[in-house]
Amino acid sequence: MALSKLSSSSSLSTNILKPLTNSFFLHRPISTDTTPLTIETSVPFTSHQCEAPSRSVETTPKELLSFFRQMATMRRMEIAADSLYKAKLVRGFCHLYDGQEAVAIGMEAGITKKDSIITAYRDHCTFLGRGGTLLEVFSELMGRKDGCSHGKGGSMHFYKKDSGFYGGHGIVGAQIPLGCGLAFAQKYSKDETVTFALYGDGAANQGQLFEALNIAALWDLPAILVCENNHYGMGTAEWRAAKSPSYYKRGDYVPGLKVDGMDALAVKQACKFAKEHALKNGPMILEMDTYRYHGHSMSDPGSTYRTRDEISGVRQERDPIERIRKLILAHDLATEKELKDIEKEVRKEVDDAIAKAKESPMPEPSELFTNVYVKGYGVEVIVNTLYQYIGFFFAS
Amino acid sequence: MASGLRRFVGSLSRRNLSTACANKQLIQQHDGGVGSGKSLNLYSAINQALHIALETDPRAYVFGEDVGFGGVFRCTTGLADRFGKSRVFNTPLCEQGIVGFAIGLAAMGNRAIAEIQFADYIFPAFDQIVNEAAKFRYRSGNQFNCGGPSCDSPGLTVRAPYGAVGHGGHYHSQSPEAFFCHVPGLKVVIPRSPQQAKGLLLSCIRDPNPVVFFEPKWLYRFSVEEVPEDDYMLPLSEAEVIREGSDITLVGWGAQLSIMEQACLDAEKEGISCELIDLKTLIPWDKETVEASVRKTGRLLISHEAPVTGGFGAEISASILERCFLRLEAPVARVCGLDTPFPLVFEPFYMPTKNKASCLESFKVPTQHCCMNLTAHGS
Repeated sequence: MALSKLSSSSSLSTNILKPLTNSFFLHRPISTDTTPLTIETSVPFTSHQCEAPSRSVETTPKELLSFFRQMATMRRMEIAADSLYKAKLVRGFCHLYDGQEAVAIGMEAGITKKDSIITAYRDHCTFLGRGGTLLEVFSELMGRKDGCSHGKGGSMHFYKKDSGFYGGHGIVGAQIPLGCGLAFAQKYSKDETVTFALYGDGAANQGQLFEALNIAALWDLPAILVCENNHYGMGTAEWRAAKSPSYYKRGDYVPGLKVDGMDALAVKQACKFAKEHALKNGPMILEMDTYRYHGHSMSDPGSTYRTRDEISGVRQERDPIERIRKLILAHDLATEKELKDIEKEVRKEVDDAIAKAKESPMPEPSELFTNVYVKGYGVEVIVNTLYQYIGFFFAS
Repeated sequence: MASGLRRFVGSLSRRNLSTACANKQLIQQHDGGVGSGKSLNLYSAINQALHIALETDPRAYVFGEDVGFGGVFRCTTGLADRFGKSRVFNTPLCEQGIVGFAIGLAAMGNRAIAEIQFADYIFPAFDQIVNEAAKFRYRSGNQFNCGGPSCDSPGLTVRAPYGAVGHGGHYHSQSPEAFFCHVPGLKVVIPRSPQQAKGLLLSCIRDPNPVVFFEPKWLYRFSVEEVPEDDYMLPLSEAEVIREGSDITLVGWGAQLSIMEQACLDAEKEGISCELIDLKTLIPWDKETVEASVRKTGRLLISHEAPVTGGFGAEISASILERCFLRLEAPVARVCGLDTPFPLVFEPFYMPTKNKASCLESFKVPTQHCCMNLTAHGS
């Protein structure tokens, strides 16, 4: 902790030294410092059918700063997506993740890109966490060629094959059994990887979840079912929809862990723990206690079924970015100004990506007909019918 | 059906178009008794029908995802306040559970009105609808059903918004009606306008058979017309000629009718007289009305948003060919959605637009298969 000693001694020094220390901070290699730091999670884990992991999480200044930057990027990206949607540049449906960033970030920190992730339609930030770029995000949102699904998916359908992101799925709960299939393949190939299948508290009441759970437990699959509990399934509060909103316990025979999903370090610890558990013993449920600031989708103002006070209360007390900001400042890993500068940079990156995405062309009209089937295998008949059907405009 | 409150007004609406605009004529020509109409959009008309359904039958229930606070399309606004949370309530997000629950509720002699938030989400409930609801009566030798022996018996109605809205993307735009039209034991009904929606929905709710009622979400706010305020029903399985013509018959349902209506107007400018039929009930459908029209015109065009292959247009085409083969002067034409998943950015290309439906040339040259006006794609 040489660095923090240095900075604390400098903070004791006189005002005259201040400009000097500031410039010193600006040039120190803060983001590469890998000195280990141990930080307590905000609240203890609550476990079901397993021993909870330790509250003390190992991290580094570098990791904390990268958490900050990435979450600030996600936050800014989602706010920009909101404006783009309102400007009618984003069509289709759009579900924003702001408030839940710590889940995407913490999960990535606890696992590797060889592990697989599959999620529902609130997928922008999970994609970014898997190494996706802002350009791919905004291009996809606007249905452009440079999008991660070549403009054919839109907001709900982001994918990134090279880092095991099996994407955004539109139907509530439908991705969970798929995740178990991925885990089965992983177990079979014995490559010590796992699948994180994410779903919301709304989807937790779908029958498919329980079918998937049984299969995963029966065959000891390395599947971690992550319930991102943001407390509202669309417009219905969890307690109105679930007899037991203790989602981590709902696997019965499957161990579970309740995690503060607003604390990126707790999420990291839990995911690491779950991965180890899953490789040895089979599936596990992680319930991430989190919160979405936006409504369910763009047509939901998000204020009819909860109070504004509730939202601002969470922002003030539990915000995942503010938590990391406070940690960074408390450990003197960066100054407030440096963090503000990071936010400014992020803002610019987002704006630049949007500008670039706007330049990206729309997919070719022929893309309407591609990827419906694999060519060959007799599907030419259908393609021919299609062309016959719309033949006149191609002829003209 | 003779109950004073439940009056069929279907025959009266065999006038000109009442698709997307107010049809004062119809209201005026009502055979008295029915109160004055009020200008309503489609979701308000649905809302009114649900109010009436709950009011006229204490054993009627409305439930689904988020319906307690009005639903995402505001169709159930005010119902929970008026009739209480034990009759109008939110369910968890579990479509299979919702429909299964509704079947059980109906089997005990209640009117179950279940909402599936989008027709695209109906597939988890497909098994319950196809294997449970549709066959309950048949396989139990009429001991059990999710309806009853007559129109005064309660029944099961599944409501779901369907169709394109211009920017819905893959999972908020589909038209899955054809899947359900393959299931004997079910009825499938799709209204074209507020007035139709109210009358047809009340008929569906009071029908002793399980009904899937698809609502054109494009028209929820868009379509406004005068709707009688009182309790009325429109007959099921009765198609309606909403525009008379002599050169070609156009058959459609739901939101597509407003597109076809425009195509009819364009064709008229070219000197082609179109007869437009709203099928309203897809199964069991009114073959006689369509047949009579095709016998008169000698040509048939069917249009729907769902993909052309295996769409309900194919069934109409086959049936009419069987009945009118020697009378047809041109092959039956289908102007439908393309055989692709519902696209995101290419929705305008996918859609059976009026330019595709105009088929002006094909009417003049009977042998031509089906002409598309190409402007939609050229732009």
